Parts: sequence; structure tokens; C-alpha cells
Amino acid sequence: MTDAAPALAVRPPGRRTLLARSLRALPVMLRVHFAEAIAWRAEFLIWVLAYTLPLIMLALWSAVAREAPVGRFGEREFRAYFLATLVFRLLAASWVVWDMNFQIRQGTIAARLLRPVHPLVQFAAQQAAALPLRVVLATPIAIAAIAWVGADAVTDDPLQLAMLPLLLAGAWAITFLVMAMIGSLSFFWESALGIFDLWLGFYFLFSGYLMPLELLPAPVRAVGVWMPFRYMLSFPVEVTLGLVDRREMLFGLALQWGWAVLLGWGAYATWRAGVRRYSAFGG
Amino acid sequence: MSRPPNLISVRGLVKHYRVPIRPPGLGAAVRALFRREYRQVRAVDDISFEIRAGERVGFLGPNGAGKTTTLKVLAGLLHPTAGEVSVAGFRPADRDPDFLRSIMFVAGQKQQLLWDLPPAETFELNRAIYGVSRASYRETLDELIAVLDLEPLLQKPTRQLSLGERMKCELAAALIHRPSLLFLDEPTIGLDVTMQAALRSFIRRYNEEHGATVLLTSHYMADVAALAPRVVVIDHGRLTFDGLLGDLVRRLHPYRRVTLRLGEPAAPGALEALGARVVSVSDGIAVLQVGEASLKRVVASALERLPVVDLAVEDAPLEDVISDLFTGRPTGEPSAAPAVEGKIAAPPASGQGPPASGHGEPRPGHVQPPRDGVETDASRDLLAGTATGPDRGGERPS
Repeated sequence: MTDAAPALAVRPPGRRTLLARSLRALPVMLRVHFAEAIAWRAEFLIWVLAYTLPLIMLALWSAVAREAPVGRFGEREFRAYFLATLVFRLLAASWVVWDMNFQIRQGTIAARLLRPVHPLVQFAAQQAAALPLRVVLATPIAIAAIAWVGADAVTDDPLQLAMLPLLLAGAWAITFLVMAMIGSLSFFWESALGIFDLWLGFYFLFSGYLMPLELLPAPVRAVGVWMPFRYMLSFPVEVTLGLVDRREMLFGLALQWGWAVLLGWGAYATWRAGVRRYSAFGG
Repeated sequence: MSRPPNLISVRGLVKHYRVPIRPPGLGAAVRALFRREYRQVRAVDDISFEIRAGERVGFLGPNGAGKTTTLKVLAGLLHPTAGEVSVAGFRPADRDPDFLRSIMFVAGQKQQLLWDLPPAETFELNRAIYGVSRASYRETLDELIAVLDLEPLLQKPTRQLSLGERMKCELAAALIHRPSLLFLDEPTIGLDVTMQAALRSFIRRYNEEHGATVLLTSHYMADVAALAPRVVVIDHGRLTFDGLLGDLVRRLHPYRRVTLRLGEPAAPGALEALGARVVSVSDGIAVLQVGEASLKRVVASALERLPVVDLAVEDAPLEDVISDLFTGRPTGEPSAAPAVEGKIAAPPASGQGPPASGHGEPRPGHVQPPRDGVETDASRDLLAGTATGPDRGGERPS
């Protein structure tokens, strides 16, 4: 006969203080991780210099436009487009998918799991802390681009200019959250980075990285408008260059942040499910 | 005097992993593309124990026995497959922020220090993350700097620190928030003996001064001897012993080592005539192995008949005991009884069903008969021994 032992008394999990604690810790997290980014400056610079694709595309499309404009893109418009693309790509980049994959496979993710701040917040702070360094690198490029192309290539609408930080934040948020979601899949599959490679394939096509989206065939473009890729890169560029009007901008902004919220939920849910499966056997 | 309350309660804890298996070779690689095979690994298989606040407990077991997995479940890093776990009133897997604030986990081979920054930056990061006030942080850090001699290390990038220096900083980083429960997984691995001793001394001091509970795994017996009056032995995921370290030693090796330093060489056959097994004789030092019952007689005879300058009586070396425990050698050949406090039970063969003890709490002094019904001499000896419950007060075994 087995006597059923009463269940152990445990407190229900309380999450109320988690957000407040995370916010209080944020300034120090950002400062320390900024110091970390400075320590990596050499690697960081080399990594950033690897973003040459927009420059290659610039050369390619400029050559095409030399014969005749493509849509409303002449040589100068392509120059402005790809230089803006380079700047936004530098500013809105993240590498969290590789970090997460590595840390989960090595078991070093444990250090983050043991801290009373959500690991996704820890990762976000680490990635966002590199932004000032990115600004330092991107600013000369932006100045050189304006000098080369002319300041009138940039929108003169004050509302659109005012919205640029929000658009940049949205682009970064989508980039980070997609990477965090795919990175969290490393709890399930060692080869989660392969999924990210697949994602990158769509990103190259639909983000405007290789060509302005309006040059895509109409049906493809129509699909691209609703997908998150455009809001990671092309959309802030389009607003910066005044390629969309105010109405389109506000619609795009809503879509961008809608995607950010959706992907935030996706990253959180994937992380939560992944941690339950976390084994780090022998790690 | 009332005992401190249970801080940790574990009932029927099970943690299984599904591990992909693939034989070597190209054919196996291709086959694995279409049909992946998995093996169920029973890392922890139905173990139960309780630990009181302020105890220092060592988890012993061979590699892959399940001791680190147990610690990780207790720390909330792993979700249990089955069973109930309560730590300081929390379910660890919930990773409640208040729970995380009350614990620390240091693993000798994993680190939380920011590699490219000086340790002081990690300390400051942890201060903010754990919400430690500046005043409390300063006080704790000053204490840690003094005790662990950290001053020269604070401003050096972590990557330039030696392993021992890094380990000291790891400990400090993990203690900034003054946790009341310390999980230490091989904390002295790779360190030289001086540094090992320093860390052991520090951990013991922290336990005594702050009343913190310490759970430790280590392959260094010196760690276990110095830090863990109580040991929990896990083998093949099963709890095979839970009790005093001294009891474990005496149970497995019920003899003492008598070391005699002789003023002049003993006459031929004189040592053997004492009635003890002669382990070694060299450079005027003779080591005898003596059963508990004949100890007094042998010592008296040795003092009477031999030119003894010095004499020492010790338990069997801990390394030998643990080695025997894991290899199932001599007197300590384990019985097939399930684990009970202060008793030894054999690990089951892989794939065996749940133990007879079920999910019930271990009962001090209670011995269950062997499950397979075959009572060996060894198991009879073990089962006949007086069961002594673990010393919950955190005292060192004599």
C-alpha cells in the first residue's frame, strides 16, 4: 500500500517585479555592454566593413541606370538608395542568433538563466549597447553620402524626419526579435542556424537589400509589403529618401510595430518552450 | 534545540534525456538522414532527499552519474521529467526572480565573467541585475576583496587572469547578492592545491558566517572532506547513499590505517606478528591495515614490541573509499537495497523499474530488504550496520 504524500508547498511564480527590476538594471547593463563593444572594436570594425553588398549593388545598378533610368531610379537615386541602405543596415544589425546558438549548445546560457532578469532582456541590452559604436561608424558614411549625392536626396518632410528614430528602432526590434526567435530554436535543434540562413534568403529578396522593392514584379511586391522584411531595412530607407508619402509612412509604421509585437511574442514563446526542453547534457 | 527547517525537499525526482545516437561511418551518417535513432538516458532516476538550511552537502558519483543534473534541477536550470522539488519554498523550474536572488551556481568549467572586461565590470553588472544597493554592494565587495585577495585582479581584463584568479573572481561575482544557497559544481577543478585550499576555506567561512547552505559536487576528495559533513552518493541516476561522510568511509572500509614511525628497523616478521595486514614498509615507516575490533590490541602490541617513535591512526584514504564505491570493490561491495539515509544501495542496471521506496521521503534508520531477494554477505553486513542519520547541524565528521 502506498501512502500518497502531500504535494510539496511551493510559492506561485511571481513576475511582477521582473519588469521593474529589468528596467532599473537597464542603464548599467547598457553601460557595461557598451564597454564590452568597445573592447571588441577591432572585430566590430572588420565585421562592419564586411557589409559591402550595398556598395556592390550600388555599382551594379548605377551601371544599369547609366543607359536609362529603371522606374523612377536614375544613377543618382540608386546612389542615394544604396548608401542609405548601407547606413540603416549598419545601424539596425544584430548578431544575437549566433550568440544564442553558441551559448545554448555550449551550456554557457546557464549564466543568463540564473540571473533575475529575463535572458532576452539581457541579450537585448547587450546588442543595443553596441548602437552608439555603430552610430560612430555610420555617421561618416552618412555625411559622405550626403556630400556625394546631395542633401536634397533626403526627405524634407519634418514629420518623416521626426519618425526616423522610431523607424530605426522598429527595424532593429524586428531584426533582433527574429534572430532571438530563431536562436531560441537552438534549444530544439542544433542546426537552428540553418533556419536563419533560409530566413536570410528571403531577407535579401524582400528587404530591399539587393534592389529597391518597387522594382520587383507587382505580385511579388504586393506580398513583400505585408512581410516583415521590408520593415527591417527598405522601409526606413524609403522614408528617409521621401519615396513614400505621409499616409504610406504611417501605415508602414503601424505594420512595422505590429510585426515587432508579433515577433516579440514569438521570441518569448519560443524561448519559454525551449527552456523547458533545455538539457545541456553533460554541460 | 530545534533543527533548522528543510530548505530543499526532493521527492521522486526524475530527469531523462533523449539523446540521438549514431554509429560512426558514412553509411550511418546517410541512414541518420532518414531515420534518426534516440536513446533515453536516465540521468536522474527517482531520487528523494531533504536538506536543511545551513547544511553543507557533497554530491558524489562517477562521471555521468547524475549529480550535476540534480544540482541543475535544484537551481532551476533544468525542468524535471517527473517528481517534486521545492527549494526555499519555490519550484526551481519557475525561476522566480526572488528564487534566483537567493541562489548562486558556480561551475568550475563555465563562467559568467565578461571575458574582455575586468571583473569589476561583471560585479557592477550583477549589482544592478540583482538590485543590490550601493552601500550593501560596497560592503560585500570590500569583504570579498579582503578575503579572496582580489584587489590586484579587479582592473585586469578577465582574459588575462589565471585560472585560479578567474575562479576567485567567479565566486565573488556569484556572491555579490549574498545568496543563501550555494551550488558549487566542481569549483576547484584545474586549480593548484594552494588555490583549492583557499577556495575551500572561503566557502566554509561563508557557510559559517552567513548560515548559507552549500551543495557541492567535486571529484577532489579533499573538497569533500573539508566541506561536506554529509554526502549524497548518486550512481547511474540513483541515490545510493545519504549520510555522514565518516559513516560512508567506515561502512565501506571498516578498518583503520595505523602508521608507525620506527626508531630502528623492526625484526623480521615482527610487523606481521601484530596480527594486522602490512600495507607498506619503507624508510622506517610501516603502514598497517587494522580491523576496528582489533585496533586497540594491535596498537598496544606495537607500542610494546616495536621501537615506535610516532604512531597515527586514520580512516581509510577517502580516495580509496570513493574509488571502491564506484567500482564496487572489496568490503564496500554495495547491496541491492534501495537508498536510505546512512545506508548504501547498489545502482540498478540500466532500464530497471522504479525503486521500492517510491516517492516517499527517506526514513532515517529504516532499511529495506534487497529488491532482488538475494541477500549477499556484503549486503547483510551493510544492512546490519547501525544506521546513523546525517548530521543536519553542519558539523564536520570526526
